[in-house]
Amino acid sequence: METTALPRPETTPDDPLAACSGVGVRRGGTWLIEGIDLTIRRREIVTLIGPNGSGKSTTAKVLLGLIRPDTGTVTRAPGLRIGYVPQRLHIDDSLPFSVARLMTVTGPAAAAEIDRALARTGIAHLKNAPVQHLSGGEFQRALMARAIVRKPDLMVLDEPVQGVDFAGEVALYELIRGIRDELSCGVLLISHDLHFVMAETDRVLCLNRHVCCAGTPRSVAADPQYRRLFGPRAVEALAVYRHDHDHGHGPGGEVLPLADGAHSQGDGAVCRMDHVNPPLLHPHTHGGGRHGE
Amino acid sequence: MVSDFLMRAGLAGIGVALVAAPLGCFVVWRRMAYFGDTMAHSALLGAAAAIVFDVDAVVGVFAVAVLVALALLALERRGGLATDTLLGLLSHSALAIGLVVIGLMVGLRLDLLGYLFGDILAVSDLDLAVIFTGGGAVAIALALIWRPLLAATVAPDVAAAEGLHPQRARLAFMLMLAAVIAIAMKIVGILLITALLIIPAAAARRFAATPETMALMAAGIGALAVVTGLAAAVQADTPAGPTIVVAALSLFLAGLLLPGRREARP
Repeated sequence: METTALPRPETTPDDPLAACSGVGVRRGGTWLIEGIDLTIRRREIVTLIGPNGSGKSTTAKVLLGLIRPDTGTVTRAPGLRIGYVPQRLHIDDSLPFSVARLMTVTGPAAAAEIDRALARTGIAHLKNAPVQHLSGGEFQRALMARAIVRKPDLMVLDEPVQGVDFAGEVALYELIRGIRDELSCGVLLISHDLHFVMAETDRVLCLNRHVCCAGTPRSVAADPQYRRLFGPRAVEALAVYRHDHDHGHGPGGEVLPLADGAHSQGDGAVCRMDHVNPPLLHPHTHGGGRHGE
Repeated sequence: MVSDFLMRAGLAGIGVALVAAPLGCFVVWRRMAYFGDTMAHSALLGAAAAIVFDVDAVVGVFAVAVLVALALLALERRGGLATDTLLGLLSHSALAIGLVVIGLMVGLRLDLLGYLFGDILAVSDLDLAVIFTGGGAVAIALALIWRPLLAATVAPDVAAAEGLHPQRARLAFMLMLAAVIAIAMKIVGILLITALLIIPAAAARRFAATPETMALMAAGIGALAVVTGLAAAVQADTPAGPTIVVAALSLFLAGLLLPGRREARP
């Protein structure tokens, strides 16, 4: 796989890619976040959930170095390559900017890599379209593709499923899992969608200005703190999408064996999604067999 | 045969246009037209300061333009007032203070109109050398910081997260803008500098598919506006600086009549 040729930070697999400890951010006399501890290692998927204003984006921005914390420390592995998918982005109409040009905005990339990333996110046909003409969902996918093209060590996605329907959400999580497997990167995922957390998530941090509970998706769902914060109905509704890793789906939905020996996680989770063959974000985004090459 | 002064005027105008137009693209993309105007309006104060401190006008204008930009950043950071209010405040204050300072200089015979509207026909060999070294330096700097500056324009947070230091690019951009204003003052005058920055960029927009082609097209349109404007000014005996701006506007309007680039849309 060509990703192995990339220079990687001088870390052993278990060293954290990025971590913050005891981080607090104060604005106008109130703490936006306080006492946040968060560590992401290679191949780990960490999901931040929490209500609006709970400090999810702030936490991610501190980790990315966009906001300087008032307390605590942030460390990033030296030479860490980041792929950041922001929540929203406005590109002025006066700027002629195609989807293809967006792919290389922070660094060069091979044409083949760009085509592949656009195909994976299902927007190959929009390659030459001006970014201003894209719909919200299309633009979100273009931002994803841009981050993929960078082959990051750490991918940070701020609410990537915003405005995406349920089926699209499933396909998007599939894609994130696939990228993690291929690049062996760490993933920090921000979601305001409490009802639906990716089962591949190694850890969920439930934020409400502080970390109110953390753990596997299953343990968080069972946590009384979580119940207190989001109410019993949220627990009822919390569905953990779990993909059965013993097969993938071809473009036509046919079952394909998976080449890698990925193992299943989260058995018995509060899960209403077991073995769903979801309608697709785009036919080409789904199916480990097709994109595992 | 074209006379010497016309030749110098043409070369000076083209030199300024070639660097002002690509920089002007960023002014347009970043919605900073008023910011450019504010820096330009401070040029009169800069010219006055240059006389007081006995330095070249280009140096004085550059220094004061940078100070005004820094003052804006400081005021913005304090909060409380919107950026366009602060820009209006700084822009007109700088112009007024410049006029007052010049008025206070007893016995000083200053060609005020020349500063306000340019004096391209009086360009000297030294001016020409300043324009081409200064403009060349800005052009090279712009090429070097192109990617970080464009990334800072398109997605500042992403650029910062991915290690491109957008603040540095922004600061460099501001210095380049001050430098271009300093060398462009002689050509179109402080009241019309912004036109040389944004009209060629605006004219190029419809025909460009990428930021890079837009910058190159704008440079070409700017240079064409200088040549045609200068020729028209000589022909019709009109003030050269304003005529160049009118020529740029004419090119912009002519562009509206041409079919624009077909943009791909599924």
